[in-house]
Amino acid sequence: MNAVVKPLGHFPGGLHLEAHKLDAPIRDADIPTRLIVPVSQHVGQPAKVMVEVGQRVVGGQMLAAAEGYVSTPVHAATSGSIVAIEERPVPHPSGLSAASVVIETDGLDEHTPDDPADGFAMDATTLRNRVRQAGVVGLGGAAFPSFIKLNPGSSVVDTLVLNGAECEPYISCDQALMSERPEAILQGAQLILHALGARQCLFGVEDNKPKAIAALRQAADTLGDERIRIVTVPTRYPQGGEKQLIQTLTGREVPSHGLPLDIGIVCHNPGTALAVRDAVTRGRPLTERVVTVTGPGVASPCNLRVRIGTPVSELLEQAGGLVDPDCRLIMGGPMMGFALANADVPVIKATNCILALRPQDLRPETPAMPCIRCGACADVCPAGLLPQQLYWHARAEEFDKAQDYKLFDCIECGCCAQVCPSHIPLVQYYRFAKTEIWADERARRKADVARQRHESRLARLEREEAEKKAAREAKKAALRARAEQQAQASEAKPADKPADDPVAAAIARAKAKAQAKQDGAPPPAEGTDP
Amino acid sequence: MNQPLSSPHLPVRPTVGGLMRRVLLAMIPGAAAMVICFGIGVLINLLVALAAALATEAALLRLRDRPLKPFLTDWTAVLTAALFALALPPLAPWWLTAIGAAIAIALGKQLYGGLGQNPFNPAMVGYVVVLISFPTEMTYWTQQPTGITATLQAQFGQLGAAGLDGLTGATPLDALRSGLAQERIVDEAVGGLAGRGGWAWINGGFLLGGLWLVFRRDISWRIPAAVLAGIGAMALLFWLIDGDRHASPWFHWTSGAAMLGAFFIATDPVSGATTPRGKLIFGAGIGVLVYLIRTWGGYPDGMAFAVLLMNLTVPLLDAHTQPRVYGR
Repeated sequence: MNAVVKPLGHFPGGLHLEAHKLDAPIRDADIPTRLIVPVSQHVGQPAKVMVEVGQRVVGGQMLAAAEGYVSTPVHAATSGSIVAIEERPVPHPSGLSAASVVIETDGLDEHTPDDPADGFAMDATTLRNRVRQAGVVGLGGAAFPSFIKLNPGSSVVDTLVLNGAECEPYISCDQALMSERPEAILQGAQLILHALGARQCLFGVEDNKPKAIAALRQAADTLGDERIRIVTVPTRYPQGGEKQLIQTLTGREVPSHGLPLDIGIVCHNPGTALAVRDAVTRGRPLTERVVTVTGPGVASPCNLRVRIGTPVSELLEQAGGLVDPDCRLIMGGPMMGFALANADVPVIKATNCILALRPQDLRPETPAMPCIRCGACADVCPAGLLPQQLYWHARAEEFDKAQDYKLFDCIECGCCAQVCPSHIPLVQYYRFAKTEIWADERARRKADVARQRHESRLARLEREEAEKKAAREAKKAALRARAEQQAQASEAKPADKPADDPVAAAIARAKAKAQAKQDGAPPPAEGTDP
Repeated sequence: MNQPLSSPHLPVRPTVGGLMRRVLLAMIPGAAAMVICFGIGVLINLLVALAAALATEAALLRLRDRPLKPFLTDWTAVLTAALFALALPPLAPWWLTAIGAAIAIALGKQLYGGLGQNPFNPAMVGYVVVLISFPTEMTYWTQQPTGITATLQAQFGQLGAAGLDGLTGATPLDALRSGLAQERIVDEAVGGLAGRGGWAWINGGFLLGGLWLVFRRDISWRIPAAVLAGIGAMALLFWLIDGDRHASPWFHWTSGAAMLGAFFIATDPVSGATTPRGKLIFGAGIGVLVYLIRTWGGYPDGMAFAVLLMNLTVPLLDAHTQPRVYGR
C-alpha cells in the first residue's frame, strides 16, 4: 500500500487564489490545416532544420536536429508537405518571430512506426539518448531539455520530485493527465528513477485535485513500487514553484543561484514523465501535449490533446470560440503567463494553457497609487524578499541596491503585485531591473572581450615588431660580420698571393681549362682559386 | 486587440482607500466610547479636523499640481484627521483643532511629497505642534460628558476661563502625575478618580477595533503586540519594585492613548518599520518610550513623542532587519 506521506515543510507567504479549474476529460484536438513548428521550442540552442520546402513528412519525422549540447530535435506532429521554412511569430513574451517549419497537413495522419524497447534493460546513457532523440523537454512551461536533467553527472541524486501541484488558476492539463494516465506517468517516474539512480520519488499534488490524487494512489498501489510516494500538499500559490514544492516536500531549500541537483534533488513535471516513458519504451517523439483552453472568454473550455505546431486560433475554434473579441489571450496561467500578440502563433512544447480573459476579468489600467509601505507584499513573498524595497530601487534605477535586496532571488510569481493596495505592477519593475542588469553585464562582457582583443592585438603587433627588429639586427650583424671577414680577407690576400695581376690570372685559368678539356677531365670549379 | 502586457493579469482586490476605510471603521467602538464619556466635543473635533485636513490636502495638491480626485478619495487624509482629533481633549477650541489638522497634512505629509513619502506620522506631527504651542488648551479634558450647549460654548470661545475650569478635569494620567509629585501613593492619586472607568472603556473600544484589524490582517499583529508588551514590561518591572510609586501594567494599558496608539497610530504603514523583526523592535521601542515619558518625562502621556522618535529609527531598522531570503 502506498502509505500516506505528509509534507515535511511549508513555504512562507503565498496566496490563496480562486482555482477556476476545469474538471474535464482530455479530448483529441482536430488535425489542423497547418502546423507551424518553430525550431527553437526549448531552452538552449535552436535545432538545425533537416528538411526542405516541398518535402513530404510523416508524423514523428525529425524536422530539425539538435545542435550543441543544450538542444533537442523537433518533429512533425502529423503527415503533410512542407510549404515554407521561414520566420514566423512564436509565442514568446518578446513577441518576436523565429525560424519555423510550416507543414500543410494532408489529413492522413501517417506516423513513423514505434520502436519499442525495455527502458529498464538500458544503461542510463542509452535511455537519455532516446529521450533526447525524442525531443523531450520540460512540459511544465520551462521547456528545458529533459535528457540533461536525467544526467546528474558527478552529483548523487537522492530524490526525484514530480511536480503535480499545478498551482496556477485555470490550468488543468496536468490534473487531467494525472487522473487519466496515472500508470503511464508513474512508469515514466520509474524510468527517471532508473536513469538517475535515485532512492525515492516524491510526487506532490495540491489537495484541490482529489481525483488525480486518488488515481495516482491507486496506480502506485498497482505498481507496488515502494520508492514512489504520492504526497498531498496544501493548495497555496505558488506551491508549484520548483523551489517552493521542494521546500514543502522535503523541508529543504535550494541554495540561492543553485540547482535542486545541488541538494540531491531533480524535479520533473508529470507530463514530462509521460513523455519520457513514451520516448523510452515506444521510441515515440514528443509531438503532442495536453493544453487547457479555458477562461471566461472561451465559450466551452476544454482540455485538448494538441499536435505541437497547431495555431492557437484553431484551438480557440474547437473550444467554441471567443465570447468577446477584446479578450486578452494568455499563454500559461493568469499569474505568470504572458499575453499573446495574436492567435496566429502555434502551440509549442511549453504551452500548457491558452487562457482568454475578458476586459472585465483583467487588472484595470488605472494608474498606480504611491507605495504606502504597508508590507503586504513582503508578507506574501515566498522567497522572503522585501518587494517594496526592490520596487523602490528598481524604480530609481539603483540596480546595485536592488541586487543588495536580492533581486535575482525573485521568482516573478506575482504574489506581491496581487496584494498591493496601491496597484503597483511590481513584477514589471523587477523584470525591467533584471533586463537592465543583464544588458549591462552583456555590454560589459562585450567591452571586456573587445578590450582583451585590442590588448592582445597590441601585444601581437609589438611582438611582431620586436621580432622583425631582432631579425633586422641579426641580418645587419651578419652582414657586418661578413664585411669584416671580407675586409680581413682582402687585407690578407697580397701577403700569401704574389700573383696579383688579374689579367695574368685569367689567362692562366683559360689555359688550364683548355688543358683540362684536352685531358678529358672536368674543368675545375669556377671561382676556386687554383 | 491584445497588448502584450506583463503578468500577473488578474484584478487586484485590495485598495489603499479600502484599507483606510476599514481602519476608520475599526475606530468606531473607541470613538463611540469617547463620545459617551466626554460628550459631543469629540464629534466636533472630528468634524473640524476633517474639514481642515481635506481643505489643506486639496489646496496643497493643487499647489503641487497633482490630481485631486485619486488622493482626496483615498481616505488617508480622513484617517489622519480622525487620529489627530481623537487624540485631542474634548473641549479643545475649534481653531486649535483646525490648525493642528492643517499642520498634520501640510507639514506632516504634503511637504514631504504626499502619500507614502512622509517619514513621520502626520497626525502625531500635528498633535505635537499644538501640544507644544497651546499647552493650556491641550488640558481641556473632562471627567464626565459635557452638555451640547456647554461644549459648543467652550469650543467656540464663548466661555471664560472660570466657566472652563468648571467643566474640565484631570485625566487619570494627569492625576497620577500630580499625585506622585505631591508624594502621594498611586492608590491615593488615582483611586476613585471620576472618569477612570471611562478611560478603560475607551481603551477597550480601541482594543476591540484593533483586534478586528489584526484578525483581518489589515494591520500586522507585531507592532501593537510589541507596543503593549513594551509598556507592560516596563510597568510590570517598576510596579513589582515599588507598587506604591508606580502604577500597574493594567493602569498603563487602559489609560491615555495606549490602545489607540498601539493599534491605530503606531501601525501607520508609511512611517513605520516594514520588516517583521523591524516591526517588533519599532513597537517595543514605542512602548518603552511611552512608559519613560509618562513616568519621568515632562508630559502625562507620551504616545506622540514615542511614535515620532521611533519614526526616526525606521530607515536603520529596515536596513538591518531584512528577513532571510530563500536559499541563503
